[in-house]
Amino acid sequence: MPILTHLEAIRQGIGEEMERDSSVFLLGEDIGVYGGAFKVTEGMLEKFGAERVIDTPISESAIVGAAVGAALVGMRPVVEMQFMDFIACAFDQIVNMAAKIHYRWGAKVPMVIRGPSGAGVHGGPYHSQSNEMWFVHTPGLKVVVPSTAYDAKGLIKAAIRDDNPVIFYEHKYLYRRVKDEVPLEDYVVPIGQAILRREGTDIAVITYGAMVWTALEAAAQLEKEGISLEVLDLRSLLPYDEEAILASVRKCSKVILLHEDTRIGGMAGELAAVIAEKAFDDLDGPIVRVTAPDTPVPFSPPLEDHFLPNARKLAEAARKLASY
Amino acid sequence: MPRRPGKLSRADMHRLYYYMLLTRRVEGQLTHLYRQGKVVGGVYSSLGQEAIAVGTAYALEPHDVLGPMIRDSGAMLVRGYRPRDFFLQYMARRDGPTNGRDANTHFGDVTRGVIAPISMLGELVPVLAGVALASKLRAESRVTLTYVGDGAISTTPFHEGMNFAAVQKLPLIVIAENNGWAYSTPVSRQMATSDIAKRAEAYGLPGAIVDGNDVVAVYEATVEAARRARQGDGPSLIEAKTMRMKGHAEHDPATYVPRELLEAWRKKDPILCFERSLIENKLMTPKEKAAIQDRVEATIHEDLDFAESSPLPSPEEAAQLVWA
Repeated sequence: MPILTHLEAIRQGIGEEMERDSSVFLLGEDIGVYGGAFKVTEGMLEKFGAERVIDTPISESAIVGAAVGAALVGMRPVVEMQFMDFIACAFDQIVNMAAKIHYRWGAKVPMVIRGPSGAGVHGGPYHSQSNEMWFVHTPGLKVVVPSTAYDAKGLIKAAIRDDNPVIFYEHKYLYRRVKDEVPLEDYVVPIGQAILRREGTDIAVITYGAMVWTALEAAAQLEKEGISLEVLDLRSLLPYDEEAILASVRKCSKVILLHEDTRIGGMAGELAAVIAEKAFDDLDGPIVRVTAPDTPVPFSPPLEDHFLPNARKLAEAARKLASY
Repeated sequence: MPRRPGKLSRADMHRLYYYMLLTRRVEGQLTHLYRQGKVVGGVYSSLGQEAIAVGTAYALEPHDVLGPMIRDSGAMLVRGYRPRDFFLQYMARRDGPTNGRDANTHFGDVTRGVIAPISMLGELVPVLAGVALASKLRAESRVTLTYVGDGAISTTPFHEGMNFAAVQKLPLIVIAENNGWAYSTPVSRQMATSDIAKRAEAYGLPGAIVDGNDVVAVYEATVEAARRARQGDGPSLIEAKTMRMKGHAEHDPATYVPRELLEAWRKKDPILCFERSLIENKLMTPKEKAAIQDRVEATIHEDLDFAESSPLPSPEEAAQLVWA
């Protein structure tokens, strides 16, 4: 089976869908001639032509709005945000237009908005955010965050085939650092299904995106100390896999919710609530959150290192919870 | 549905008259229902500017697509919606076009070529540009049309959408309904120039100014813009000058509007002027006029009875249809 990077897997997934379905086309800033700021769409212009790989003005609101209009009449647009931080410029089109159309008047809006998010590359406050919760809090959208190359390809294909607006977060730190086996045969990873990355018995670590790798690093370290971490990769945040979450919690009886996003209103808060509501009797310790603090993402390396959760911080929290 | 555009026949003139009259009666009836406490929420009127919605929509072909705003009920009637759809929607009934999920003119149906508006102004410009983009990608001869008011022209999506459509040379017609007032804000506080149409030049588009109270002039300007769009010459901006003859909505007495201004515009009432011109030019006999009025009245009464006897939605329906 071919080994692909996270980025190559996304590119391959998009390309396969474009070959399979002529209604799929791409819209975004510098995605054609330049191939995208991170080169996710490199080669697409040559392969599919300028009609299906459209370089746009710097107009996020028009890009997303145009995608909504095209989707309403049967196309399947895939929009690139050059950085997911810039998605704020298109906020109204996403939360008030795209998200509510099916509920309000029954029309389908099959479209994907994808792009690089996340910190760890010293991008500063405007090229590093994990702003997925803006959209998890918006009924009508789907929100997806892959961690492996296999999932990135399978989820982008599922997102393109979905009849709803899907926000697809690609962690820029993973683009070229994560590689795994990606089949050439057609497959999708269904939206809404979590996956166990590591089985454990003492503490369930529930996480997503780049933090999956942080959790696995901490788990390897703690194994030597006799603490067994289970790692559950959510993959989809909206809808999220409640069954898998509760199963892990019931099995381990202790849980750490880990994410790179800031703390207040983060995914961990939502999961803590659902665990408290539905698995309270199964818990042998407090529900613990390991997240970024409630600040913008700082630029300077020591500041950013302080901001980001890492394996050391997770291990500390796990040791403390294990001894509870 | 409209007939094929071209030179207006006597029958076309009668249809234009019928739709303008129907619009006024639908909205008049909604005002009445509002005062009876039967409407949920506000009632928005196009009193005095019916010629714009009717004349523009009538100029389109059946397979064209339009995105109306709050004062474009007439366009929706031309596209085949019935008075009952407005009554049901305003009274929040289950059998209304959004099954009670959204208010006022916020409804649409892709198969009818109507894209529903949202409350945020200007947002339909990029969306209709996207519908036009789909037509261009699929080499269809479909034209799209949408409306902005003298308030919406101050928004980001208006600018981004116009520019995007111009760059992509999309078959889009944008009608700027300049009725002098955005809620209580006069157009002089909205822009520092005299004409919205002047902006067209900045986008590299033709801009036309038309008497918004003259339904034939509105129709002809739209036919010309549609011809350009259909032959691949790109978007057009048409400014239709008119006057909002009521408040922002029924609750608003609009005391901020000078009375003499309303008096002056009342003499230019689009329905009365058109009626006079048809009679004077022997394009409509008094008998034909009476027959059209009777038809409007009969439709209103039949649909009102239907709507008033329709049920409200069942509470549990609130949870349905979030996703497609």
